[in-house]
Amino acid sequence: MTKLSATQVRHIAKLARLEIGDDEVEKYAKELSAILAYIDQLSEVDTSKVQATAQVTGIKNGMRPDVVNSSPVDREALLATSPLPIVDDQIETPSAHG
Amino acid sequence: MLSSLTITEAHEHLKSKKISSVELTKACIDRIESVDKTLNAVIFQNFERALAEAKKVDDQGMRSHPLAGIPYLAKDVYCEEGVPTTACSNILRDKTYIPPFDSTTTKRLKSAGAISIGKSNTDEFTMGGSTESSCCGPTRNPWDTTRVAGGSSGGSAAGVAADECLFALGTDTGGSIRQPAGYCNIAGLRTTYGRTSRYGVMSMASSLDTIGPLAKSVEDIAIILQTIAGKDPMDATTGDVAVPDYRKALKKDMKGMKVGIPKEYFIDGMNSEVESAVREAAKVMQGLGATLVDVSLPHTKYATPCYYVLCPSEVSSNMARFDGIRFGHSVSNPKDLIDYYIRVRTEGFGPEVKRRIMIGTYALSAGYYDAYYRQAQKVRTLVLQDFIDAYAKVDMIIAPVSPTPAFKIGAYEGDPVAMYLEDIFLDTQVMAGIPAMSVPGGFSNNNLPIGLQIMGPQWGEEVVLRAGYAYEQATVWHTKRPPLSKN
Repeated sequence: MTKLSATQVRHIAKLARLEIGDDEVEKYAKELSAILAYIDQLSEVDTSKVQATAQVTGIKNGMRPDVVNSSPVDREALLATSPLPIVDDQIETPSAHG
Repeated sequence: MLSSLTITEAHEHLKSKKISSVELTKACIDRIESVDKTLNAVIFQNFERALAEAKKVDDQGMRSHPLAGIPYLAKDVYCEEGVPTTACSNILRDKTYIPPFDSTTTKRLKSAGAISIGKSNTDEFTMGGSTESSCCGPTRNPWDTTRVAGGSSGGSAAGVAADECLFALGTDTGGSIRQPAGYCNIAGLRTTYGRTSRYGVMSMASSLDTIGPLAKSVEDIAIILQTIAGKDPMDATTGDVAVPDYRKALKKDMKGMKVGIPKEYFIDGMNSEVESAVREAAKVMQGLGATLVDVSLPHTKYATPCYYVLCPSEVSSNMARFDGIRFGHSVSNPKDLIDYYIRVRTEGFGPEVKRRIMIGTYALSAGYYDAYYRQAQKVRTLVLQDFIDAYAKVDMIIAPVSPTPAFKIGAYEGDPVAMYLEDIFLDTQVMAGIPAMSVPGGFSNNNLPIGLQIMGPQWGEEVVLRAGYAYEQATVWHTKRPPLSKN
């Protein structure tokens, strides 16, 4: 059975851009371990000769004429939903370098 | 009460000028105002705009389409231009997200003249089976307000059952239309994957997500499906498959239909009232001229574990876009960009969303992909093959919707796996991409609704509707209304 430690939970959270507080880490370790134990039963199925299904109805790539369409929504309207400052039609984000 | 009409009935009244769309819309608003403090099904009221649109429909004499002038609720994940749409998540509510565009489905409904009156409650980003993960609090079941209405489309189901609207839109990734419909005694259809467009509906798990209607009758479901089904260039997963005349399918009876009874859906420990309701429904169908055939879907028990690999994995990818840059929640004085992302997401997402993101992140991380995601995709193939084999012998399959009637609010607090097991009859259809509908199938001794599930083959909504309609006409369950008092 897969059992996650507090350190593993913190590592997964970091990969997912989440922070798990000290008061919550045990709770998440327990819950996530229970979920992993539940899904582990998939390993008992012999799938050695089975293809994976990614697209269930078998639809292949949809093609359309290669023509430029204008967006139904204009740039200002899309930028307006951002909570951050808009400068010269761009979103000003916090610095990536600190 | 006007708001208790079916679409079919209301359309007749509108056409004969017995009522106006404004009167119908006002009746829904009055009903919401009188019962929704108790139910918490509607989390955004769009009343002013709804009344203006209803007036426009009346003034223009729009009456030809059966949905013209008909008020409905949209689950809080359907983008509507200018209408707050927040997936009942705090991550879209600090600066409330107001989409600058319409989802294809709400746009199609608008063209038909339907009136959107508000947004219905949902589990956060549709992740859950009870609406308890909504940042707006749970929706209460109109049949027993100490119980959940189901989820994630719980607000939509309770809203329809309590006559707050004539119909509602939901989404079904792992049972989120069928389960609440079953808990609330209404009809709810999960469509074939790709039968309806998801453009403009916030994604949870893209290889599984579908959208569909919840309504008071099977005929109403057929009317709505007719309006929203079909290829959409904005959603590349929609199929270029002809959309039949669904109401025509209702006119056929069940004579000669072969109805599959899958033994894997009658399990030890299931509620005996649920089991006898489904067995009784089979007898009703037999009485209507159908033949009952025992079938086996041997990989049934793996569908829910499969779901809880594929869904969280796709969730971890889909939720990556919520980073506080283009929409929603924001924090001040971040150290740097990474700190900003982490704080926005940690504050904005609730526990169930975090659990799924983390499970998905783990399952997709280096070294685990083959054991989890790839293996689940392969088991998915086996579940799909089960149905292909079964549909070689039968036209449709019936089963329970849920193993028990609606549970008490808070019953599964702190035990996510126990909550996931409520889905055991709802995930095989998802893996196989087939349509399935929940219809009222009886009541427990303590007067809680029991849903009957009718499944068809891929693109076979006609079969599901035909059987559902025949069954509905032969039973009285759908005529029962919840004993709901005013606020």
